Amino acid sequence: MINLTINGKKVSVEEGLTILQAAEQMGIRIPTLCYHEAVVAYGACRVCLVEVVRKGWPKMVTACNYPVQENIEVNTNNEKVIKIRKLVVELLLARCPEVKEIKDLAEELGIKEIRFKKKNDKCILCGLCVRVCEEKMGITAIGSINRGTIRDVATPYNDNSDVCIGCGACASICPTGAIKIEDVGDIRTIDKWNTKVKLRKCETCGKYYAPVPQLDSLKGKTSVTEESFKMCMDCRRKKLENTMINAKKSKY
Amino acid sequence: MNTDKVDGIIKKYGKEQSAIMSILQDIQSEYNYLPREALEQVSKKMSIPLSKIYGIATFYKVFSLTPRGRHLIKVCLGTACHVRGAPQILEEIERKIGIRAGETTGDLKFTLERVNCLGACALGPLVMINNDYYGQMTSAKVDKILKAYD
Repeated sequence: MINLTINGKKVSVEEGLTILQAAEQMGIRIPTLCYHEAVVAYGACRVCLVEVVRKGWPKMVTACNYPVQENIEVNTNNEKVIKIRKLVVELLLARCPEVKEIKDLAEELGIKEIRFKKKNDKCILCGLCVRVCEEKMGITAIGSINRGTIRDVATPYNDNSDVCIGCGACASICPTGAIKIEDVGDIRTIDKWNTKVKLRKCETCGKYYAPVPQLDSLKGKTSVTEESFKMCMDCRRKKLENTMINAKKSKY
Repeated sequence: MNTDKVDGIIKKYGKEQSAIMSILQDIQSEYNYLPREALEQVSKKMSIPLSKIYGIATFYKVFSLTPRGRHLIKVCLGTACHVRGAPQILEEIERKIGIRAGETTGDLKFTLERVNCLGACALGPLVMINNDYYGQMTSAKVDKILKAYD
């Protein structure tokens, strides 16, 4: 166990936890944008910056990937932290003035005006989409390209990706809604990646229900029968219900 | 593009993923830039996702994804060169070969780049063409120096 102080309160937490997790256990909320428990913390958005005082020396660290240490003193809400957090959110807001999640954070922190030149972006380059695509889906269809002010997230050469399985994990994990997915007919379009994938038709009801490459990549990885891959969720459920009802009937 | 050449380069480093930088550098010195097919081949052979290789290739300034000229002109615009008139020299070169910094001439003869310091400030203003340094440059010298390259 590690002993530390968070906002003046002495606590003892498990070794290996991050400051963010330790604070969470104490019911202290540290705002985050680029943190997601499903993937390795990255410390990109800087919203979770907190002050750590170690052996009398204060420094600012990202709470999401800073492991707890013996005898450190953490401040998540003092004047200095709030001032820096406000600046970080103001910069993010200048980049993405229309994003609800950032607007909400700004309002919570009492940010009234943006002193920086506004852009109209939606992506904050937090890398959650890249991380989930690599770590969880094992695909790595997208990546960070360029650097500095022109850094972006894209598929190689900004072309239609031939490895993307169209699963949509990137869109669902995106904290700012920068990735839109649209299903029209038998085609799923992920605009940000200039990518289109084919959808499969349910053999029972005829509805287009999931991307073909995603279903193909799942084959052999789950215990779902080959047959079930040809059916949409609803039809699968119905079929299961029927089997159960029939089984019951035959029992009694 | 010769796929054997790229294979040879990969073989030299033995598929170790950490060798990716060296491999890309070797490909670049072979072709003067990183051809798309070469990157795709590296990706396949080394089992590194293309998106990662593309990320590396766009991150570092030394790598170019578009064909570059036979001669690479680097005009130093670091502080010391800058105050000694480097911007005028850059302008003069731009005028002479008809392209802007960052571009390549249509005949693939020259690629012009501006750099931030070549580390020889005492020689400033400095221009580097391929591996030759030209110190104490003036706009008047540009024409003569460029003529030595074909």
